[in-house]
Amino acid sequence: MAILELKDVSFRANSTGILNGLSLEIWEGYVHAVVGPNGAGKSTLANVIMGLPDYRQHQGDILFEGQSIKHLNVDERARLGITLGWQEPARFEGLKVSQFILASARDKNREEVDRVLELVGLEPVRYRNRAVDKTLSGGERKRIELASILAMKPRLVMLDEPDSGVDIEAIERIFEAIAHLKQGGTTVLLITHSARVLEKADHAFLICSGMLVDKGETARILEYFSGKCLPCPHKNVPDLNSLRKTGGENA
Amino acid sequence: MPEELVEEILGSINLHRTFDRGAPHVVINANKVLSSQVVEGLEIEPEELPDGVRARLRVTGGTKIKQPVHLCFGMLPERGIQKILLDVEIEEEAEVSFMAHCTFPNAVDIQHLMEAEIRVGRNARYSYFERHWHSDEGMVRVVPVARVKLAEGARFSTEFELLKGRVGIIDIDYHTDCQARSSAEMKARIFGRQDDRIKIKESASLEGEASRAVLITHIAVRDEAVAEINNEIIARAAYSRGHVDCKEIIQGNGVARAVPVVEVHHPKAHVTHEAAIGSVDSKQLQTLMARGLSEDEAVDLIIEGLLS
Ligand SMILES: Nc1ncnc2c1ncn2[C@@H]1O[C@H](COP(=O)(O)OP(=O)(O)OP(=O)(O)O)[C@@H](O)[C@H]1O
Ligand SMILES: [Mg+2]
Repeated sequence: MAILELKDVSFRANSTGILNGLSLEIWEGYVHAVVGPNGAGKSTLANVIMGLPDYRQHQGDILFEGQSIKHLNVDERARLGITLGWQEPARFEGLKVSQFILASARDKNREEVDRVLELVGLEPVRYRNRAVDKTLSGGERKRIELASILAMKPRLVMLDEPDSGVDIEAIERIFEAIAHLKQGGTTVLLITHSARVLEKADHAFLICSGMLVDKGETARILEYFSGKCLPCPHKNVPDLNSLRKTGGENA
Repeated sequence: MPEELVEEILGSINLHRTFDRGAPHVVINANKVLSSQVVEGLEIEPEELPDGVRARLRVTGGTKIKQPVHLCFGMLPERGIQKILLDVEIEEEAEVSFMAHCTFPNAVDIQHLMEAEIRVGRNARYSYFERHWHSDEGMVRVVPVARVKLAEGARFSTEFELLKGRVGIIDIDYHTDCQARSSAEMKARIFGRQDDRIKIKESASLEGEASRAVLITHIAVRDEAVAEINNEIIARAAYSRGHVDCKEIIQGNGVARAVPVVEVHHPKAHVTHEAAIGSVDSKQLQTLMARGLSEDEAVDLIIEGLLS
């Protein structure tokens, strides 16, 4: 069953079309990926689904569990269980890691803070009382943001470039946390242009220039993305005719 | 009867379980001293006034009081004036720290007027932390005035915090005179909401050689609140050093004005200042809202962090 459905969603910024008539369905309980080259519109798609203030003016509709959420604010969507992990997480001067996690947590207690920090591979005693500010490395901030998402126990989470700025060892912990989210019944949408993240998905969407080019089993999309997209000279201008010939099922 | 009032006052600041009656303290409601405890070397002489309390506090020469002295100024009625007149003498080489709570849980229309004369003797140390707990509605007008004199080598620090509940009107006026090698640190952290009015004037006069002063004011205003900060350091002696730091965060229709003044009368003195007025970052706000916090809750949490 689709937990989230996009119906012909288009979004323009400064008269440039960033998302161009996107329709897709996200099935509940799976790990999905949105893959595409730099500038394809992946982050924009996530921001539109989350309903961030600068991304509310779009065409088409977005349904969550069959109901339109187009008119809802960020926090109203979050209270339905939708959340987003940013490509570049925010810093919060003076706010402690524990306060930050507790703010989103369903179970508001110390044990929960420690549990989610452990899940992302950060030692609670070392991190609980630190500030979520510039003294944390990019990878640490990414993992603390993921910890806050684990504490929130969302229905649907979009993770924008979950591996960016994170070292090899920490990436494994992030992958474990994603598996944990799935086990707990959270639907995951990974946003990435990296093959190693894509591999963790059950199902993938390939987007280019704000259009859905292909969708299906991860292995096939990965092969297509690596073979055709990465070397593609068109830079976000999908060659729709050649796609049809090569059998991209949705182009 | 006083027992119940003590409980009610301590309850309003969440201390009813942890408050240690054996530790040095004074608990006041309106113009009555409900409970007090001194230790050796600490003298407290309170006197009831029609609309408040006058108290003389003295720490005798060389006495180092280890436990913080707890002062609790409460005003349980809905309306009225509470004047607190303090005369504080910390004698040579003595050391003391005060932890003060001011609580007005039922305030509808209350004025809390504090006037303090504080003398910190040679090489003595005095620190004072004051936390205010106001109600979410109602009107409190808080006017603390302090005149502080630091003898040679004295150390003085004071911190004023009002983050919970409505401010109402606050008008702080603290001045410190610093003799040779003494140091003063004055800090205020206040969060104003709705139509709160915040006015702060902290000033220090560096009179003696190698004296130091730091004035730190971190204020946030949201809704229709207005803040005005006028902090001033005057340096008159060689090797004296001072720094004025005003940080203000505005959100909604809040208005903030910061006027740091530095005046230097000696070529070997060094005084600096910084003033920054900013607002809550939209990405921080969106992050917290994407976890389900309302905009108001998110703003409060971000500001609490910034003021901490
Ligand atoms: N507010 C905006 N105004 C103008 N252009 C924008 C705006 N937001 C995004 N864009 C443009 O839209 C395109 C898609 O951006 P987006 O960030 O969604 O890409 P992406 O697929 O996430 O890329 P990356 O892999 O680099 O993160 C880019 O060309 C970007 O410059
Ligand atoms: Mg992106």
